[in-house]
Amino acid sequence: MLFLPSAAGLLFLLIDGLRRLPAFGHYPGPYGMVLNGVAVTERHATNLVSAVNFDYRAFDTLGEEFILFTATTAVVMLLRNMRGESEPPSARESRKEGASDALRAFALAFVVAMIVLGGYVVVHGAITPGGGFQGGVVLATGAFLLFLAGETLAMKRLAPNTMLEIADAAGAAGFALLGLGGLIFAGVFFENFLDLGKPGSLNSAGMIPLVSISIGLEVAAAFLLIWSEFLDQALLVRGEE
Amino acid sequence: MSVLPYVVAAWLFVIGLYGIVTSRHLVHLAVCLTVVQSSTYLVLLSSGYVRHGSAPIYADIPPVTTAVDPVVQALTLTDIVVESTITALVLALAVQAMKRFGSVDPNFLRQLRG
Repeated sequence: MLFLPSAAGLLFLLIDGLRRLPAFGHYPGPYGMVLNGVAVTERHATNLVSAVNFDYRAFDTLGEEFILFTATTAVVMLLRNMRGESEPPSARESRKEGASDALRAFALAFVVAMIVLGGYVVVHGAITPGGGFQGGVVLATGAFLLFLAGETLAMKRLAPNTMLEIADAAGAAGFALLGLGGLIFAGVFFENFLDLGKPGSLNSAGMIPLVSISIGLEVAAAFLLIWSEFLDQALLVRGEE
Repeated sequence: MSVLPYVVAAWLFVIGLYGIVTSRHLVHLAVCLTVVQSSTYLVLLSSGYVRHGSAPIYADIPPVTTAVDPVVQALTLTDIVVESTITALVLALAVQAMKRFGSVDPNFLRQLRG
């Protein structure tokens, strides 16, 4: 009985909301068009999405980054070892489990390539599509391939949890410190205080590449930390069976 | 034709919401939540689309080229990051629910708490 009126209300709101959206292909706002016109000369960044994220709206991205940081902390806290639970069995015991030879060969062959690709995407954030968030996930995937290959021990050794926690915090702090650098050297929080360089070259766009690198570090560490916690849970459950 | 992106977004929203309401499994619920959230990407991206506009990457196109709005694309990126963290949190809660109550059925969890 409650369902019909609520469904009708939802339908009405949905249709009403959709009707008021701008027609597809006729973007009404001036903000994006202004940015498209001035960003390349103003910031020397050719990837405008990165310029918006890491410079024009860097303060929002700081909040977004701390959402990621807080959520990672929460996941680590939720999945910690409870009282009365046995310690997860060491990764050595679950080695080479469930991975076929073909999967192992391909995953191991791609580890280095994925890490190089991730680093490339991170440092070229200001020039070509990509940036800290995308590249950070690719970097994390590179280390995660080791797990796919059944080399859980190698993955833990490549990225131990303590190191991941430090990298996660260092990435978040690095971004905030860059903002503070703007406050100190240019007078405004997140104002660019570095040489802008030549558009299209690797060290252009002032602090955008640095922001990209610190975010890439944080994202890669956060994702690996989350996966590692879930992995420990899986080992724990498998150990109890 | 020009309303198609919005229709798809509305469809994704409704079908995801239906999945959440009728869900009997917390992992299934997390996946449905990502479907609902993907409708927001579509609304954001299609509201910033400019007809015949190229991507807002000026690496190898002349600076006067018409491009789509970069702001909504940046917002979509924010959206995706938030979605992935939310999914991780929901899945962590599902793991704990399974350990505590021995069930991942949302209906069953409600009975336990009451």
